Amino acid sequence: MDYSQFLYMKEEVSLIVVMAILFLYDLIASEKARKYFSVVACVLLGAHIIYNLIPTSTPGSAFGGMYYYTPMMTIIKSILTFGTLIVFMQADLWLKREDTKFKQGEFYFLILSTLLGMFFMIASGHFLMFFLGLEMASIPMSTLIAFDKYRHNSAEAGAKYILTAMFSSALLLFGLSFLYGACGTLYFEDIPALLTSGNYMQLAAFVFFIAGIGFKISIVPFHLWTADVYQGAPTPVTSYLSVISKGSAVFVLLTILMKVFAPMVTEWQNIIYGLIVITITIGNLFALRQKNMKRFLAFSSISQAGYILLGVIGGTAIGMASLVYYVLVYMVANLAIFGVISIIEQRTEKVSMDDYNGLYKTNPKLTFLTTLALFSLAGIPPFAGFFSKFFVFMAAFKSGFIVLVVIALLNTIISLYYYLLVVKAMYINKNDNPIEPIKTDCYTKISLTICLIGIIGLGIASIVYETITAFSYGM
Amino acid sequence: MNILLFFVIIPILMIFFLWISKNRNQIRGIMVAGSSLLLILAGILTYLYLTQRAAGDTAEMLFRSDYSWYSSLNIKLSLGVDGISVAMLILSSIIVFTGTFASWQLENQTKEFFLWFCLLSLGVFGFFITIDLFTMFMFYEIALIPMYLLIGVWGSGKKEYAAMKLTLMLMGASAILIAGILGIYFASGATSMNILEIAKAGNIPHDAQLIFFPMTFLGFGVLGALFPFHTWSPDGHASAPTAVSMLHAGVLMKLGGYGCFRVAMYLMPQAANELGWIFLILTSISVIYGAFSAIVQTDLKYINAYSSVSHCGLVLFAILMMNQTAATGAVLQMLSHGLMTALFFALIGMIYGRTHTRDIRELSGLMKIMPFLSVCYVIAGLANLGLPGFSGFVAEMTIFVGSFQHTDIFHRVITIIATTSIVITAVYILRLIGRSFYGEVKNPEHLKLTDATWDERLSAIVLIIAIVALGVAPLWMNNMIGDSVLPIVKALVIK
Repeated sequence: MDYSQFLYMKEEVSLIVVMAILFLYDLIASEKARKYFSVVACVLLGAHIIYNLIPTSTPGSAFGGMYYYTPMMTIIKSILTFGTLIVFMQADLWLKREDTKFKQGEFYFLILSTLLGMFFMIASGHFLMFFLGLEMASIPMSTLIAFDKYRHNSAEAGAKYILTAMFSSALLLFGLSFLYGACGTLYFEDIPALLTSGNYMQLAAFVFFIAGIGFKISIVPFHLWTADVYQGAPTPVTSYLSVISKGSAVFVLLTILMKVFAPMVTEWQNIIYGLIVITITIGNLFALRQKNMKRFLAFSSISQAGYILLGVIGGTAIGMASLVYYVLVYMVANLAIFGVISIIEQRTEKVSMDDYNGLYKTNPKLTFLTTLALFSLAGIPPFAGFFSKFFVFMAAFKSGFIVLVVIALLNTIISLYYYLLVVKAMYINKNDNPIEPIKTDCYTKISLTICLIGIIGLGIASIVYETITAFSYGM
Repeated sequence: MNILLFFVIIPILMIFFLWISKNRNQIRGIMVAGSSLLLILAGILTYLYLTQRAAGDTAEMLFRSDYSWYSSLNIKLSLGVDGISVAMLILSSIIVFTGTFASWQLENQTKEFFLWFCLLSLGVFGFFITIDLFTMFMFYEIALIPMYLLIGVWGSGKKEYAAMKLTLMLMGASAILIAGILGIYFASGATSMNILEIAKAGNIPHDAQLIFFPMTFLGFGVLGALFPFHTWSPDGHASAPTAVSMLHAGVLMKLGGYGCFRVAMYLMPQAANELGWIFLILTSISVIYGAFSAIVQTDLKYINAYSSVSHCGLVLFAILMMNQTAATGAVLQMLSHGLMTALFFALIGMIYGRTHTRDIRELSGLMKIMPFLSVCYVIAGLANLGLPGFSGFVAEMTIFVGSFQHTDIFHRVITIIATTSIVITAVYILRLIGRSFYGEVKNPEHLKLTDATWDERLSAIVLIIAIVALGVAPLWMNNMIGDSVLPIVKALVIK
């Protein structure tokens, strides 16, 4: 066997090393050393990112085509790991609580194993591999969601998640079995040659596939779990779920659509078209009436998923670059808001939007950051969200989906309205009992500063997008 | 380094220094220094522009430079100005300067107010110096969003409603505008978003023009208070704090007219010729309807806001006439209206700060109590109704002379209809002045009020000087603008 194949799997291998170290640390560290658990985890993950930052130049495949590598994957994986690092920092305060303190190691191990699953899912060259990655990303996730098991909501959300996840996996597998029946192979490389346009069995396979993956991205109509789970899960897990889990699923959807289902392009474009329209619209309309911040962000993230798919629909290189960029920008903004929600929840147990009334008077800095993040999500310049929105619109427009772009654009007005409602609550609404001034801990400060730099800098510094574009050829 | 870049750098530096400022004196110092620098810079730019033109440089845009930005998407930071943009930059810098002094007394969250105010001016200046569709649009939106917080937090009256309405309507328009801009870019098949290059190639297909011209025109037109999408303007301006009303009515509404002219009409001349009549009718309605609405209002700010709708309507009206005289008049009207309306809003803010009412039924005999403010108000009013010697006369005269050059019935009739707005303006201005400024003082409480302080005087005097200067010596400005509208007007003539 040629062991040099493992060199393609640099990211996965080094992530496993990080996991192993953390696992051992959990086992052998003394009470005193455990205080530095977060530091160790963050430093290790940071080292992992730096070690894997530079993409290997040559694309290639390993293990007979089961595993694929392109330089773009490194970018995608770095983005996901980077998001995970921020989640780690934001989770510290929550993990230090009495009821979660003793399971800190488990949190890191579980999150990293979902991340590993996502890595395999993205890099897969075979549907079996893809499915293994997907499951590896889903099952530990449900334990994470139920991490605060003494909180009724959390346990319920965990159960909800695992049930829907299993159901959607079943659908996905059903689709894959159709595909196997139609093509006789599950290798990504071999399938395109065997697909023909207008074959109903293959179409059914595709529909089941999109239903399964749509659950992970929470596309309407597969979004019904989202709000409850987001609300019930511990906030750091929610932010992980809304950003990294969603992002990885979008990346893999893009890869598979472009690589595997390329011959059925007209069919899948029609399906995605419809999905985008209802996802954006329904996500927006439901977000209008939400009073709980986490539920509100759940619906906002559903509609954002629709915008992300705008990058998919063209199936072009510019679409892919804009999609990866969009996910990065969305990640930074969403993590900033979740960071603020998380710290406010930890300190005061308040998550209702009404509690945020008059926040500006007591916590100007947190409010300011949240405002910028909301503006970025709404797509307002000079913040990064404007650029990412413009670029996905541009990509879709270039591929000729003009009406779709106009629908999406009109939807940005609805989304602006509900984002402004939060801004209004924080700045304008009066509150007799506002949230008292909150002391942010060091980790939250660092993570929020990184997010702030990202929100302002990612758009203005064109180098990020240009780098992503430069590597978008490989896929 | 390109001199135009300073128009963006100075507001950014102002934002940065405001961010780290500690107390109110520092904030005031930063604002005065920054806005004076901008004013001086605008003066220098005008001088350089005129000398370069005098030296025989006939390029369409001067001070051109391109900075590569998103090169894979052909997005560049392209800078360049012609006479129209120079005029607009002068206007913006005057209004930012006077707006600073008009909000000198502001006490509630001063730092944040000026922070958003500077972001707003960054957007305005950036919009006028760039000629790249993407960057233009970006600065356009930067100028829109601070309005929400500026009105919502520091405003008065039904500010939350007004702020939300204004933001959503303007952002809605800009959403349509994005589609228009993308349409222009992709339909032209250009390899850059530079307006000059797209215009020079001039190969946007006719069908595409018919789709994207209305989108672009409407997108910009909403900001220019195009009927029936003007409804954000009265509420927004009435609720906004003084300096924001000044900047918004004075400069931001001009972004609409400027964009319609420079982007929509310049790049899609065929559609402009074919569909122009629809918008011409709409703008005429704006002109007349705004003026009539102003008559029935009793709130000083609402009167002025509806008057703005009417006068900004004239800007769009004039550019749709598509000849050099009218287009020059349009730009003059932008300048003139910007200065006048800023003066109005500044004075209303000052009066309201003293009387705590803007209802003209409750105000009377102000001339006796605060002579300086009242005289300034009368001057602004006279300029507004087009008295010779003030800028309003020059602008409206040019517009109507230009409009009447068309020989067909439709244009003639619509010009005559629009001309009646001058008379209606006189009605509401004179009625207001007679009722509120002359006569006996009815409310004895008002007798205790004081006249303007030095900062208020400065802000009003600077604006009055500009209005009179433009009214007395319009020729150099007229020539500068007239030369620059020519390429656009030429493009609009279908071969």
